[in-house]
Amino acid sequence: MGRTLAEKVWEQHVVRRAEGEPDLLYIDLHLIHEVTSPQAFDGLRMAARTVRRPELTIATEDHNVPTVLGPISDPVSRTQVETLRKNAAEFGIRLHPMGDAGQGVVHIIGPQFGLTQPGMTIVCGDSHTSTHGAFGAIAFGIGTSEVEHVLATQTLPAYRPKTMAIEVKGELPVGVTAKDLILAIIAKIGTGGGQGYIVEYRGEAVRKLSMEGRMTVCNMSIEAGARAGMIAPDETTFEYLRGRPHAPEGESWDRAVEYWKTLRTDDDAEFDKVVEIDASTLTPFVTWGTNPGQGAPLGSAVPAPEQFGDPVERSAAERALEYMGLTAGTPLREIQVDTVFVGSCTNGRIEDLRAAAEILRGRKVVTRTLIVPGSMGVKKAAEEEGLHEVFKAAGAEWREAGCSMCLGMNPDTLKPGERSASTSNRNFEGRQGKGGRTHLVSPQVAAATAVTGRLTAPADL
Amino acid sequence: MDAFTTHTGRAVPLRRSNVDTDQIIPAVWLKQVSRTGFEKGLFAAWREDPSFVLNDPVYEGASILVSGPDFGTGSSREHAVWALQQYGFRVVIASRFGDIFRNNSTKMGLLPVILPEDVVERLQDAAEADPKTEITVDLAERQVRSGDLVASFEIDDYTRWRLMEGLDDIGLTLRHADAIEEYENGRQPWLPTTV
Ligand code: SF4
Repeated sequence: MGRTLAEKVWEQHVVRRAEGEPDLLYIDLHLIHEVTSPQAFDGLRMAARTVRRPELTIATEDHNVPTVLGPISDPVSRTQVETLRKNAAEFGIRLHPMGDAGQGVVHIIGPQFGLTQPGMTIVCGDSHTSTHGAFGAIAFGIGTSEVEHVLATQTLPAYRPKTMAIEVKGELPVGVTAKDLILAIIAKIGTGGGQGYIVEYRGEAVRKLSMEGRMTVCNMSIEAGARAGMIAPDETTFEYLRGRPHAPEGESWDRAVEYWKTLRTDDDAEFDKVVEIDASTLTPFVTWGTNPGQGAPLGSAVPAPEQFGDPVERSAAERALEYMGLTAGTPLREIQVDTVFVGSCTNGRIEDLRAAAEILRGRKVVTRTLIVPGSMGVKKAAEEEGLHEVFKAAGAEWREAGCSMCLGMNPDTLKPGERSASTSNRNFEGRQGKGGRTHLVSPQVAAATAVTGRLTAPADL
Repeated sequence: MDAFTTHTGRAVPLRRSNVDTDQIIPAVWLKQVSRTGFEKGLFAAWREDPSFVLNDPVYEGASILVSGPDFGTGSSREHAVWALQQYGFRVVIASRFGDIFRNNSTKMGLLPVILPEDVVERLQDAAEADPKTEITVDLAERQVRSGDLVASFEIDDYTRWRLMEGLDDIGLTLRHADAIEEYENGRQPWLPTTV
């Protein structure tokens, strides 16, 4: 019988397999940031261990960093960033500190440097590591104990997850984005739907997505409970990679591409589960609740808890409406927001900024609007295209790179009761600041919303 | 990691689903570089509400958290596990867990126990009816017992063995250093390095 993409990549990385034990899996690339690594480095020191392969490891400062120029004002954040600097120096790990041209959100810089390639295993102490699966890599988030394990051994013991295919039939209509697609998928399968699986996104609509769109989709796999999401590499992938600083060159490139072309699910392979979704019926999608599965088409209304048959979902919806300060039946388009955030590892890449700029060109924002490029590289590219001028002319704030309001660890936060339209990935209670209320949206909807102050699709303008 | 064989304690019923790790410990608490002191951040936002179950003195000293489905979804922060342990929890029972949280728990010796939703609710009912109700979680027998309730749970042999022995994964893996080296010699030549 044939094998799935996930099975092929997994098998390629098994260092050791023994009956009744998890596989020992080799890790090709380990990404590090300041928040989930300090205790792991401490652990190494306490056990007098070293980093096995510093040259397969790269670190960046992203979660804590301010997005306005200047030093970190919060002393606790500053200590954490300084701790990463000390650890990187001590263990010989390449670090992109604040202000460096290569600095940025960990999941943006990997692909940007060409370090993320098809068929690799990639881990990071961060759940959105699933992003890198867009290249046909197995990429997943790990905790600090596992970070220490990978530092010390360059491997991880793990059971191979089951495989799930999400078959996206048809084409996405004009004006419907990768973000709308993944939000619709999560609403369909639920926040626990992917638990225990590696998801492979397949079908015509997925093939037609750009690399950046594919990253947006894979990024949010974790919001459906799946540790990893993958898309088979193809010409779009190779084109994106070609010429990037760490991509293979010359003969090496040819050999790599030859191998990468074998990284697809065989026709006779079987998935443990198959989910189908029709792309052609989708419209802009937003969340109304406090988990990413609580979403609906922008053209609909806030649902009534009674609509949910399952008692657990019903009580979750009740709690969510209370927290979000929403009344059932209110059209989503009438929801007023205070802040718009465009950025994060979900939607902080150049195409996202172009999409937002296109809508803001020649218009004015009526809300506080933060545009935060995902990396200094993205920032530079945007400025070369003049996008920053478009944002500034519209009245939006053009910031330095970082995670920013995606999780509010730096000063970019919502105040209690404030409401945002955000291109990030989590609408959990308090995610963007204590008491803050988050609606997850695409960059296009975010930009249109900034213009009207209500949840709005570009077509409504 | 502390070894885990069997644990008997009282339970806190947490009647919420999708308890994501941002709720278990909000991001502002993740700035510490130490491994201690996270109990103060446990459910920090919810604990501001006096009616939140952890604020009810009858549950003081309870060591088993019995939650609604999808506990520990979201962020990979292991701080969520540290916060629960440092607060005094040894076991979390739910019908479904986020994968990364469950993994992190077993690395630290906090036992995640998966039981069917109706059994979880019976345990919550019992803890609400009488907060002194004791629950025994027996990893050797893979069983949860409380009064006349006896429920079996599944956990793979390897993880169970590791938890019962309190073994450190890194030490176990380093026994296979030869296999790692051999694998490294056969890696595809075009794979990138960060230098
Ligand atoms: S942008 Fe948000 S989701 Fe992505 S790594 Fe940063 S905090 Fe995590």
